[in-house]
Amino acid sequence: MPTFWLIACLILLSAVGFALGRRRAMVSAGGEIRDLHSLPAYYGYNVALSALLPAMALLAVWLLAQPMFIETRVSAMIPAELVPENTNLGLVMSDVRRVSEGLDLAVAQETMTDEEIRVMGAETSDLRQRLGALGIALGSDVRPEVLAAARRYRDMSHTGRLMMTIIVGLLAVVGFTVSYSRTNKDYRARNVVERGVMALLILAASLAVLTTIGIVFSMMFETINFFGLHSWKDFFFGNTWAPNFRGDSELSMLPLLWGTLYISLIALLVAVPIGLFAAIYLSEYASPTIRSVAKPLLEILAGIPTIVYGLFALLTVGPMLVRIFGRGDDGLLGVEWMSGATSVLTAGLVMGIMLIPFVSSLSDDIISAVPQSMRDGSLGLGATRSETVRQVVIPAALPGIVGAVLLAASRAIGETMIVVMGAGAVAKFSASPLDSMTTITTRIVSQLTGDTDFASPETLVAFALGLSLFVLTLGLNILALIIVRTYREQYD
Amino acid sequence: MSDHIPRQHGASLLTKTARTKKRNAAETRFKAYGIVAISISLLMLLVLVTTIFSKGLGAYQQTFITLQVELLEKKLDKKGNRNLADIKKVSTFGYAPLIKSAVAAKVEELGIESGLKTKQMAGIVSKGAAAQLRDYVIAHPERIGDTVEFRFLASSRVDGYLKGRVHRDRIGNDKNISPEQLDLVDGLMAAGVVNKTFNIDFIIGADASDQRPEAAGMGVSMLGSLSMMLVVLALSLPIGVGASIYLEEFAPKNWLTDIIEVNISNLAAVPSIVYGILGLAVFINYMHMPMSAPLVGGLVLTLMTLPTIIISTRAALKAVPPSLRDAALGVGASRMQAVFHHVLPLAAPGILTGTIIGLAQALGETAPLLLIGMVGYIASNAPDSIASGLLSPNSAMPAQIYEWAKRADPAFYERAWGGIILLLFFLVAMNTVAVILRRRFERRW
Repeated sequence: MPTFWLIACLILLSAVGFALGRRRAMVSAGGEIRDLHSLPAYYGYNVALSALLPAMALLAVWLLAQPMFIETRVSAMIPAELVPENTNLGLVMSDVRRVSEGLDLAVAQETMTDEEIRVMGAETSDLRQRLGALGIALGSDVRPEVLAAARRYRDMSHTGRLMMTIIVGLLAVVGFTVSYSRTNKDYRARNVVERGVMALLILAASLAVLTTIGIVFSMMFETINFFGLHSWKDFFFGNTWAPNFRGDSELSMLPLLWGTLYISLIALLVAVPIGLFAAIYLSEYASPTIRSVAKPLLEILAGIPTIVYGLFALLTVGPMLVRIFGRGDDGLLGVEWMSGATSVLTAGLVMGIMLIPFVSSLSDDIISAVPQSMRDGSLGLGATRSETVRQVVIPAALPGIVGAVLLAASRAIGETMIVVMGAGAVAKFSASPLDSMTTITTRIVSQLTGDTDFASPETLVAFALGLSLFVLTLGLNILALIIVRTYREQYD
Repeated sequence: MSDHIPRQHGASLLTKTARTKKRNAAETRFKAYGIVAISISLLMLLVLVTTIFSKGLGAYQQTFITLQVELLEKKLDKKGNRNLADIKKVSTFGYAPLIKSAVAAKVEELGIESGLKTKQMAGIVSKGAAAQLRDYVIAHPERIGDTVEFRFLASSRVDGYLKGRVHRDRIGNDKNISPEQLDLVDGLMAAGVVNKTFNIDFIIGADASDQRPEAAGMGVSMLGSLSMMLVVLALSLPIGVGASIYLEEFAPKNWLTDIIEVNISNLAAVPSIVYGILGLAVFINYMHMPMSAPLVGGLVLTLMTLPTIIISTRAALKAVPPSLRDAALGVGASRMQAVFHHVLPLAAPGILTGTIIGLAQALGETAPLLLIGMVGYIASNAPDSIASGLLSPNSAMPAQIYEWAKRADPAFYERAWGGIILLLFFLVAMNTVAVILRRRFERRW
């Protein structure tokens, strides 16, 4: 039974449980609500939740654990000599899974029978062709060990599914029966239900932690795999990024890091002055009317999806820069400095525009938090407004502004779409902002799109890059937080 | 400072000294910087919006060619028994000659002089016209033998010519169009056969292959986005509200709560592509969920949106005054009842506003979708059920736009900008709803 229907049945059962539990409580109290310990609905919720929650929890755990369990069992069946050199077990296992999926599909489309699968041998049957006809492409002919493993994999998944349905269903029925039989007018239904709801709330809150753990571990495991296949020295200290499929790729992070930092620097050079001056003007000079018009307009820039900025970089800003700095004598400057629309400057400028509202609204909040009395004191001593801003307000707000700039930098480093579309794909160390360069995020996208093979260093390097990116942005955020906390003036 | 000021005998407060003038000039300059900064930002916004609309509105209009096609029996149904299985055997290649002769007949009827061969004349009609004709014949086999009027899409070059994207003097190397064909188009346009009208297919239609930019539409990818948003809403609202209620109302002050709180604020700043990596590693590689499925996209976007929703929900809960909780507890409600019966309903508008803004963010997010395979895929079939809408491969609006921007034919760029207009329309609509909700229901205590 598909999981979807199992869940539907559980929900139905708990709905029935609600109605029955409520009725039973009312009957036990003789229809007199005052005799019940809790409100009638709580008796209903009690039965419904006891039927639903344990069963759903088990279902979730089962769905997570079953693939892992089967994987370890089946991969033990594959002899070590079957694993080709330079790859690992994962490649063979993905073949096993493919074959088993193919067999499932074949049975579903009635081109094979279960009996046939049980008796067929890898050499005698033209399995590769037959699966190919169903749209399951295999890299090589199916070897006997793989076929055996696939058969076992398929059997185990089927048994697992069946057992899951039975046990989960049983648990739901048990929960239902127990809570239903306990229901009478003196049963403390509300307390039980509230304890259950509390457990759910705690579960929801810990999901955030689970996500972080998921992020860190998923990248950590693959990164460790990557360093098993590729030297970590080359990754951190090499100077060439040249993935290829012959197996001697040079995968170094440094050229990508250079591109990332260069683009972020240009973006900050655009965003910080404009954003900061905009914030100062809005909070110190602008009349309430201008402020109420300009601030929401600025925030629209922040709400525009990054794909729009990416397209803007690729199709508008890039060609415009080429017209200025490229095309030789046809161009505006008559120089030939830029050959294609993608460049560090293209991505940096557009990213700068994207970050303006980010910098300005953060700085605006911080500048507005500086107490008015400080401004009044300065103005009273005869300073002009700009002197007040430069010598009193900005120094007081400086930790917050530095924090805002660091947050903007972390945004710029992690930004993907603008650099994917506007920065280019060439990994190199170059000082010219008109050159096409590439970034960490761009390479993650290009290494992980299309057919990914989780056994090759060319794919796994993306996880190492992702982990570096995660650490880098997290570090910047924490640094920003520390600066704000340590140097913040307490005015109240 | 004072020791630098030379004493100025006889100086009056009413006359400006050189130093005052300098200070005032600095003041004016400083203010001007602020105005320039604001103007630059607003100018950028203006440039962005004008670019989007000037380049994208074209996608909502399309060039059509109206032709009378004679559905020849000897070509479409050789046996003449109107057997649907036999009719279906005729592939789109069998229909192409009908279109060719229809174009030729039209040209002859209007008396347009053209040195073109029939095949070249038919080149102004979209490559998808034969399939359109075939679909019609299969749906109406009884019309075989009649002459039926059809509106075919013009090829993308002809469409570009009418929209000013394709110019006569720049098509020297283009093998898809020739000046003679454009002359023919001019003639047909004068006769009203070729015209440009509103193109609903861009909004509700499916994506098309690289060869037929004129037929590409956003419809199917909109369904993909819709399915993802349903998943995000169904998961992130209950989880986000649950987490916020626990943290705001029940959590004891200890290190565990601290960890959770720091965690959530850090998750909000994690680059979105990292969530894509998580989705690829956990949902696809480990749990073997289908690649390119909106369900996986929805799960990834849920994780990404959760921190936003939690942060805004906590703010909404915090805004409900404690006296309300105390009053509820005072008349004998349990803590859970106080929260669910009194605090939550009062915080609901704020929570909804935050959720809508979170959803709008998720709708425009592209980077994680690239990693779980929602690009590089032609979303040509609309899903036929809810389950297939969630599980069968699909694209999403931003992913579709990215896909078009990558293709070589510039005719797709217009589609990409047009898609952005549609995407922005949804974002603006969602944000407007959020603002209205806040204005109407927000209570200040």
